[in-house]
Amino acid sequence: MSGVLLAPLAAAPVIPDFGRGSTCIRDNKLFCWDWVQSNWGGTLRPALIQHIELTLIAVVVGFAISFVLALAAYRWSRLEPPVGIVAGILYTIPSLALFQLLVPVTGLSRTSAEIALVSYTILILFSNILEGLRNVPADVRDAAEGMGLTRWQTLWRVELPMALPTIVAGLRIAVVTVVSLATVAVFIVNEGLGAPIYAGLQNAFKTELIAAGALTVALALFADGALVLLQRVLTPWARTARS
Amino acid sequence: MNSANTAQAEGPNAYPSAAPLEFRNVSKRYPRSDRPAIADLSFSVPAGEICVLVGPSGCGKTTAMRLVNRMTDLTSGDILLDGESVTQRKPAELRREIGYVIQQIGLFPHQTIAQNIATVPKLLGWEKDRTQRRVTELLELVSLPSEMGDRYPAELSGGQRQRVGVARALAADPPLMLMDEPFGAIDPINRERLQNEFLRLQAEIRKTVVFVTHDIDEAIKMGDRIAILREGGVLAQYATPDELLARPADDFVARFVGADRGLKRLTLSQLHDIVLLDVPTAHVGDAASDARERAAQRDADELVVLDGGEQPIGRLPVARLNGQPVSADDADPLTSTASRETSLRDALSLVVADRNRPLVVLEADGRLAGLVSLELISAALRPADGAGSPEAARGAQR
Ligand SMILES: Nc1ncnc2c1ncn2[C@@H]1O[C@H](COP(=O)(O)OP(=O)(O)OP(=O)(O)O)[C@@H](O)[C@H]1O
Ligand SMILES: [Mg+2]
Repeated sequence: MSGVLLAPLAAAPVIPDFGRGSTCIRDNKLFCWDWVQSNWGGTLRPALIQHIELTLIAVVVGFAISFVLALAAYRWSRLEPPVGIVAGILYTIPSLALFQLLVPVTGLSRTSAEIALVSYTILILFSNILEGLRNVPADVRDAAEGMGLTRWQTLWRVELPMALPTIVAGLRIAVVTVVSLATVAVFIVNEGLGAPIYAGLQNAFKTELIAAGALTVALALFADGALVLLQRVLTPWARTARS
Repeated sequence: MNSANTAQAEGPNAYPSAAPLEFRNVSKRYPRSDRPAIADLSFSVPAGEICVLVGPSGCGKTTAMRLVNRMTDLTSGDILLDGESVTQRKPAELRREIGYVIQQIGLFPHQTIAQNIATVPKLLGWEKDRTQRRVTELLELVSLPSEMGDRYPAELSGGQRQRVGVARALAADPPLMLMDEPFGAIDPINRERLQNEFLRLQAEIRKTVVFVTHDIDEAIKMGDRIAILREGGVLAQYATPDELLARPADDFVARFVGADRGLKRLTLSQLHDIVLLDVPTAHVGDAASDARERAAQRDADELVVLDGGEQPIGRLPVARLNGQPVSADDADPLTSTASRETSLRDALSLVVADRNRPLVVLEADGRLAGLVSLELISAALRPADGAGSPEAARGAQR
């Protein structure tokens, strides 16, 4: 257990030397822009990229799993309660506890981090995909069947496109959740924006803490905005429906 | 399966324009239900005719329709489309050959009107050009501007959506159309417009149509034949509208068609279906004695006064002829007139409103066609056999 918590320390970046650099850095002022400039390439940018990778992998894998589960539960409604309960339990386990549970199995690896992150997306994505499909009005489904669309064609051409707004809404929550949770993954693997945040915490260096934290927030906002745009492009009909 | 389908669709006469439909002792009992929804239903619809299924709510109209395209499977009996049992067909393929307008229209909200209409052609693998042309043609057929093709269903009015529903069902030129209360949710004025449009359209395309409604007036208006169902999906009567109104098979039918069935029969025919009364006329300026003589010849107590262009301008009681030449001022102005297209029922109401005075009927060009009296209208209500009956006249007109 303690090994896990010590892990980031062992691999932590060198504690900044307060004696060098600008007066701002030496005095550990609230925010030193010059520190950000000189550490962008070496610390912040790699951390940001890793963070995006962690998030993308978790959301893509989580979506794939949830999608299959939701389609199955849509087809056989008896599957919904068991899937819902398991996804609910995974969602409610505190993230730190889950990370620690996984370490004995998958080690201090990116895999452990991803498994934990994925497990948080499933409840949200599963319920939103399922809800989106179920919200397709019965008359539309009836019309599709009556015109000779097969079940599969109805799913891909009618039900999924119509569920898109609800699905994207789920994706937005999932992405924002994962972006923020991925900072905690630093307790297993020294990757992502969690690393500079943790380092900033360890040596009480405010600029690093604030810069990494701000990047995390910016990433979440950016991803959310991108998904909103994506939905606008994919569902032009949803806008006219409201007016 | 796909290639066979496509080959069929691409042929010059891929589908017959209409196919006969036959119900043979059809029964349907839903699982966990103690009584059948359809019981031993038999009737046949000749190709190109509109058969209206009518009956109280829950009597199995929608079920009967869904048995045809196999959205529901029958318990016993058989349904033949163009002589072939529908149970021998693959459901999805069968449905692509049957236009289906469901009770709630069910347009795809995420697709444009053009995409909605192109649904079945796309399933059949039509080429883009051909589909495109067909969509344009159909929009025109149902009187929608072609720009509407790019809109989404949410941007249309109820009546426009209804038209799109019909166009979508017609897209692959199916030999059979199933229409489940297609105009049910529409205000009376637009419903009448849609009904008339559909009748005009049907005169052009001549599909076999099964049309469901619970409104007996709509049934009488739309149907070449009407099947009245009672609770439990039992056929109460299958007949032409005129026969149904003239000779209801039993109390249930009589009550369903209503106590005013005699009046309803009058809606089935129009003034051009009957021979109008001849009426003496006089032109403005004619000598009073000439006019009086003309009226006396026909034993009439009034004349219709015409202007120089032969247009009726008033009616003049003979008693008012006082030696002066005929003048428009002496005549009663024409308060109400009818045209050849006026239904007998509307004519009756105009006659009654004018204290039973015979009504002046005008030709399309405004000239005098004749008069219609209460006696003429009631004569048209006599049992309908042979030529001259409202139904025979209607058949000839369509
Ligand atoms: N899927 C189903 N399962 C069980 N019973 C059904 C089902 N669909 C219809 N029924 C029953 O079958 C009977 C006929 O229903 P149907 O929908 O065909 O009536 P309808 O004449 O179309 O009525 P309405 O005028 O209200 O549309 C009803 O008693 C209904 O409750
Ligand atoms: Mg119904």
